[in-house]
This record gives sequence, structure tokens and C-alpha cells, in this order.
Amino acid sequence: MQALSDSFGLAFGLIVGLDPDLLEIVSLSLKVSLVAITFALILGLPLGAALAIGRFPGRFGLTVVINSFMGMPPVVVGLLVYLALSRSGPFGVLGLLYTPSAMVIAQVLLITPIVVSLTRQTIEELDSQYREYFLSLGIKRLPKVLTFLWEARFSLVTVCLAGFGRAISEVGAVMIVGGNIDHLTRVMTTAIALETSKGDLELAMALGVILMLIAFSVNLLIALIRPSNNHSITSKMFSR
Amino acid sequence: MGKMFKLISGILVLFCGINVMSMADPVIVVQSTTSTANSGLYDSILPQFEQQTGIRVNVVAVGTGQAIKNAIRGDGDVLLVHAKSAEEKFVANGWGVGRFDLMYNDFIFVGPDNDPAGLSDATSAVDALIRISSERALFASRGDDSGTHKKERLLWASAGLDPTTSSGDWYRETGSGMGATLNVAVGMNAYAITDRATWISFGNKLGFKVVFDNDQELFNQYGIILVNPSRHPHVNAKDGQIFINWMLGKKGQTAIANYTLDGQQLFFPNVN
Repeated sequence: MQALSDSFGLAFGLIVGLDPDLLEIVSLSLKVSLVAITFALILGLPLGAALAIGRFPGRFGLTVVINSFMGMPPVVVGLLVYLALSRSGPFGVLGLLYTPSAMVIAQVLLITPIVVSLTRQTIEELDSQYREYFLSLGIKRLPKVLTFLWEARFSLVTVCLAGFGRAISEVGAVMIVGGNIDHLTRVMTTAIALETSKGDLELAMALGVILMLIAFSVNLLIALIRPSNNHSITSKMFSR
Repeated sequence: MGKMFKLISGILVLFCGINVMSMADPVIVVQSTTSTANSGLYDSILPQFEQQTGIRVNVVAVGTGQAIKNAIRGDGDVLLVHAKSAEEKFVANGWGVGRFDLMYNDFIFVGPDNDPAGLSDATSAVDALIRISSERALFASRGDDSGTHKKERLLWASAGLDPTTSSGDWYRETGSGMGATLNVAVGMNAYAITDRATWISFGNKLGFKVVFDNDQELFNQYGIILVNPSRHPHVNAKDGQIFINWMLGKKGQTAIANYTLDGQQLFFPNVN
């Protein structure tokens, strides 16, 4: 119990004191994961929508593959990216290993499947509900998908959060491809792993508390901006 | 394949653009061990080097085995590890330019306060292992091909014992770094072998103590090697050599000797 209360005290001290090393680590964590979720959304939203609405050969197979990638262990993704970016690997000439970019790439690979899967699920539900309706109005596929995406925007915020949460809390992949280099690729999770291995469990837990606080703040923010009664697609259409 | 490769390369080049790192500053990557990083040595000496030369040093701290493999793949400019025979093999195979003794400390046995296998009465490191094995006392091994693990296996071989037959029983291979292994050892009251620097700086001792030390078999030599630029043309040999010269020179050796923790010197420079 003593260690836990010490950790909270330490976490409080680090936050209030605006510890410069802590700020650097936190801001890199946020930066890497925000860039990663942005890329994942750019890739994942269209792909998820296409899998939900589109009828093309290989769609079933692609869905199964992406769903199974959702459960891919981060350390495997890390290894994959490491081997690809290593100087002896196919993309070694770019010199990306041990940079924040390498960490972004690993996180994009980790969270894009989540975005795709959840988007597909959300759009598929809307489509099964309103397919006939859109058909009767003679609305083409693209505007239909755009309407669905817009209508599902609050669910998609949750998708976004799920992806971001997985990215920022992940340690195995970024440790391998980033190298946990001080002032360059050290993020919250790798710093926690480092302090744990140094036996400095209070400091490690304090960093963990701060990570949880960030997660809490993000979720609180989303909950506040999200309207309590999610107006339905039909009520809007009929009110036109 | 060609098209796909170009596409992926294109995307990756985009990622280069978002790199926050400025490429203008000279930078070297040092593949090194967890013991040197976790003990705070680099935090103490690297700022001095960076200030004097303007060269930034990025340390990747992993086990010696992994550090050597990473260097063979070309993912580092300098190798600073502790497993002399593996280092000499690295150089002999052409991956490194030359190997230099840099500094040393020693390995120690740590264990629970009541010392169930009586290691404090051991006459040698080999005797200590024999006691552990005959008592079937819990022993936490790194099991990760690190420098410490290589040393431990050498000692078992000298004792004529093969503990891996009891793996999962009293012989527990963690497959983790030094600190993680110490956490495990402390957690299950097991003996462990560690380098002294990591032990002194380790914060989770919980009643554990040094139960055996001071045997010349437990000598722990660190070496420094420049990764061979003729094998990996991208290696920053110029700045890597400056770093090695600095570490082997008066300034580096003094900086190493001056680093203390709780009043104890952790590494002893010994350039010959």
C-alpha cells in the first residue's frame, strides 16, 4: 500500500512541477500516437466502408484477414517493422529505424485493422437498416457511404478512441523499432518499462498514473462534446 | 512486387518528412547493454561528450547478444558490450573494425537474506553454483543470451553442470533484461547473478543482499568496437571513431571513473 500511495504522490509532484523530461516524454507519446491514428483513419475509414458496402471479389477473405490482424501481438508487429526498416532490411536505406517515424509506422500497422473492422461493423449496421430506403430514393453508393460516415460520426469517434488508446498504451512494438532512446524515442510506455527494470517501481507506477490520467482526460473530453441523445438518421431525413 | 515496393517506399519517405529529428546534427547510434544504461553511466558521461564534440549519441540498450546481432544488421555505429569472446568473433568475422578494452566491474551473486543454499560460505563462483544446484535452491537466469547470461553459462560449464535439465523447476529462465530478472528473483526469493553496477542502482532490493562476490572468475570486462563501414557503408565511422577515441582517452576514462552512485564507483576504466 505504501508503494502505491508513494506513486500517487510522486505522480502528483511530477505533474505539478512540470518536470521537463516528463513533458518531453508525454508530448512525444501524444505526437506519435496522434499522427498514427490520423494515418490509420485515412487508411481505415475508406477501407472499412468499402468492405461494408462494396461487393468485390476477395472481400470476405480481406475481412477475415483484417479481423485477425486486430489481435496481432504488438511485439510481432514491432519485429516485422524492425526487419523491414533495419539497415539490412528492404527499406534500410531510408534510415528510419530508431526514429519517431518508425514508431508511427508500427502503430499505424497495429491500429488500422481496428479502425477498419469497427468502421465496417458500424457502416454495415446502418446499411442493413437503410439499404432499401436509399435504393428507393435512387441514391448512389458514394453519397450513401458519405451519409453513413457522417451519421455514424459519434460512433466513429469511439473507433478513433479505441485506436488511439491501443496506440498510446502499446509498448512491445515501439520498444523494438524506437529503441527507447532518451530525448529521441522514449515515450510513456517505454519509460515505464525502463523504470520497472531499474527496480524503481514507484516512479514507474507514477508514470503509469499519468498515462491513465491522460486516457481519462481524453475520454472525458469526448463524453462532453458528444450529445446525449444521438439523433437518428431517419428523423433527420423525414424532417426535411 | 516492384510496383508495390515503390509504393511502400514512397509512403515511408513521407514518414521521413515528419521526423522531428534534425538531420543536420552529427548523430551516432551506440548498441549497448542494459547494465551500462540502467546504472546511469551514460546519463553521467554522454552530456560531457556531446558538449565537447557536438556529436549526439543515441544509446539503444539491449542485451549483449541482441546488441551484437543488431550491429551485424548495421543498426548501429558503435558496439559497447560485455562478452569478450563474442566481441572478438564479431571483429574476426569482419563486422567490427577493432576491439578495445574499455572498463570493467564484476559480477555478483545476490539472494534472499537467509541465504538458504549458504552461498556466503562458498569458496568460489563455481562452488556457489554447485551449492545452488545441490540444494535445488531457486535460481533466476537471464536466459536471453546477454553478456551476463553468457558468463553464467560459462560458470555452469566449469562446474560440470547443466541446469537447463531443471528448467522450470528450480532453474528459472526469465528471458528478460537484468532489471526484470532481478525483479523476478526478488519476487520469488531466488538467487541471481548480476553485474555490480546494475545491483547498486537497482531500486527494488526488498531485503536481498550480495551473497557471494570477489572471485576473479566473476571479472566483467566491457569492450568498445566500431562497426565496420566497409560492411555497412552508411555507418558514421568518422563520428563513431571520435566517440571511441574519447572514451579510450583521458577525458572518457576520467568521466567513467568519476561516476559514482551512493558513494560507490560502478565502472573502472582499464584501457591498456
